[in-house]
Amino acid sequence: MKTELTCITCPLGCSLSIEREADGSLTVSGNRCPRGIRYANEELLSPKRMVTATVRVLSGSGAGHDRLASELMHERLPVRTSAACPKELVPELLQELYKLTVNLPVRRGDALLSNWRGLGIDVLASRTLG
Amino acid sequence: MKELAFDAVVIGGGAAGMAAARELDAAGLSCAVVEREESLGGILLQCVHNGFGLIEFNEELSGPEFAERVEESLSGTKLAVFTGTTVMELDAHTETKSLFCYSARFGVLRLNARAVVLAMGCRERNRGNIRIPGDRPAGVYTAGLAQRLVNVEGYIPGKDTVIIGSGDIGLIMARRMSWVGCKVHAVVEILPYPSGLTRNVVQCLHDFNIPLYLSHLTTRIIGKERVEGVEITPIENGALVHEKAFTIACDTVLLSVGLVPENELSKSAGVEINPMTGGAQVDSMLMTTVPGLFACGNVLHVHDLVDYVVEEARRAGRNAALWLKGARPGSEVRVKAGPNVRYVAPGRVRIDADNKLYFRPLVVKNDALLEVRLDNRVIMSVKKNHIQPSEMQSIVLGPKELLAAQGMPDSVLEISLR
Ligand SMILES: Cc1cc2nc3c(=O)[nH]c(=O)nc-3n(C[C@H](O)[C@H](O)[C@H](O)COP(=O)(O)OP(=O)(O)OC[C@H]3O[C@@H](n4cnc5c(N)ncnc54)[C@H](O)[C@@H]3O)c2cc1C
Ligand code: SF4
Repeated sequence: MKTELTCITCPLGCSLSIEREADGSLTVSGNRCPRGIRYANEELLSPKRMVTATVRVLSGSGAGHDRLASELMHERLPVRTSAACPKELVPELLQELYKLTVNLPVRRGDALLSNWRGLGIDVLASRTLG
Repeated sequence: MKELAFDAVVIGGGAAGMAAARELDAAGLSCAVVEREESLGGILLQCVHNGFGLIEFNEELSGPEFAERVEESLSGTKLAVFTGTTVMELDAHTETKSLFCYSARFGVLRLNARAVVLAMGCRERNRGNIRIPGDRPAGVYTAGLAQRLVNVEGYIPGKDTVIIGSGDIGLIMARRMSWVGCKVHAVVEILPYPSGLTRNVVQCLHDFNIPLYLSHLTTRIIGKERVEGVEITPIENGALVHEKAFTIACDTVLLSVGLVPENELSKSAGVEINPMTGGAQVDSMLMTTVPGLFACGNVLHVHDLVDYVVEEARRAGRNAALWLKGARPGSEVRVKAGPNVRYVAPGRVRIDADNKLYFRPLVVKNDALLEVRLDNRVIMSVKKNHIQPSEMQSIVLGPKELLAAQGMPDSVLEISLR
């Protein structure tokens, strides 16, 4: 079976054609350099994505009286994975993140999930809030 | 009215404003930053995706992380930071400029300074700017506004979305909307190629099987109270093919049709605008046509990478400091955008020092050639593997290349691609 992919390793964006051989290996054409072959292998055999999302924040209690209303507007805390996540697990990870509620204060780099599913992926706060 | 005096004031506390202010402080000058929002960081705070900072920090960061890193570099400075404060008026007719600001906390505030750095960023083009006919229902947002709603405020603007324009913000929002559980039915682009980066087309559209209609125009937005659909018409050989028009049902339309520098204040202060960038006309010190007013970041020209914004802003801050201490640009040569180049910023280079120039290609091309001409003589040519309008290019030209223009006040430097 033939698969078409666009290599995104560099801005040239080569159109790759990939043929799966009988032994399971891939034959790549259309690449202008060897990095295209690596990209095709990663994309077809174990695609991964960095995941960014936002999670619900429980503000309130610790907040002083002089906090401005607009500061409280930040209802969501931005988060990201510490490493790329297997693509097929991204929806599951997102579902788990949407169920989380984080108590303020939180510091950039705090781990909200550690070693998720034993994959060595942490989910980190990407902003300091509260 | 409270009145305060500084050597310099920076308008806008995004990446550009923070970076420029830090340089002014480092030069031993007193400096204030005025920011309309409650926190510093600007547009970065709503860009929760990653891909920021590869050049500046050698790491891939999210927008908020990048903003916080830059903000942290301000600790230990003596900067006066006014957040939640909007500059309403800029009077630059006299040597000491006055900024009239308003904030809920301080009321009306007048800041006086001899130098002002403009770092107000840009805003999005909206439906009015691109004139899509049809009804005026609810559910039409600019992509950046939707981004703010989803990522900062926690609202989802609709369930079934069509995105008009394939700029990076629209592409990034296609992925975000998909990730928060909405269906993105299509991205519609009038040009024959995507306006955003290939990387974003692949990871934000292909990953979710979102069709990208190139050479298609959105000819109508349909719906009475709420958006019900959009009519899309293909363009073939430069003409609309109405027989092939089709409709996509949706309840939300996001517009990603370009950004315009936010220059109302600059114009009212008498700054000349370059029609190609929508930003100020600047000299080799990034100073506008009004002496003592400098500009950097997206208010000068729209950048695609925040790393370049920070680099340019540092230069503006450093130059403003030098200017305050009496430095003036030496001999300069005018810079012109040649074939296949939309614009070059700044519009002047100095002969006696290195100049960093940013320019934007007009075409998509592999194996292109960048040519720099001084008075029609090629003084430099560089091979470029790939050029496209969504990727800004840069080049450094110094005394070695420019000395031939010494004593020739009418010299012109031209940057072209072929
Ligand atoms: C949606 C989106 C996605 C992007 N994605 C990427 C990416 O993946 N990677 C990357 O490197 N770059 C990306 N960029 C580009 C980069 O983030 C921006 O170019 C950069 O952050 C702009 O910085 P700035 O300081 O010029 O403008 P801004 O961040 O817009 O800052 C301007 C500030 O000025 C303030 N202001 C304006 N007028 C006034 C006034 N009158 N008084 C007081 N304050 C005022 C505003 O409130 C704002 O905070 C993206 C940009 C956008 C919009
Ligand atoms: S194959 Fe090589 S040249 Fe082509 S896009 Fe990938 S990295 Fe770039």
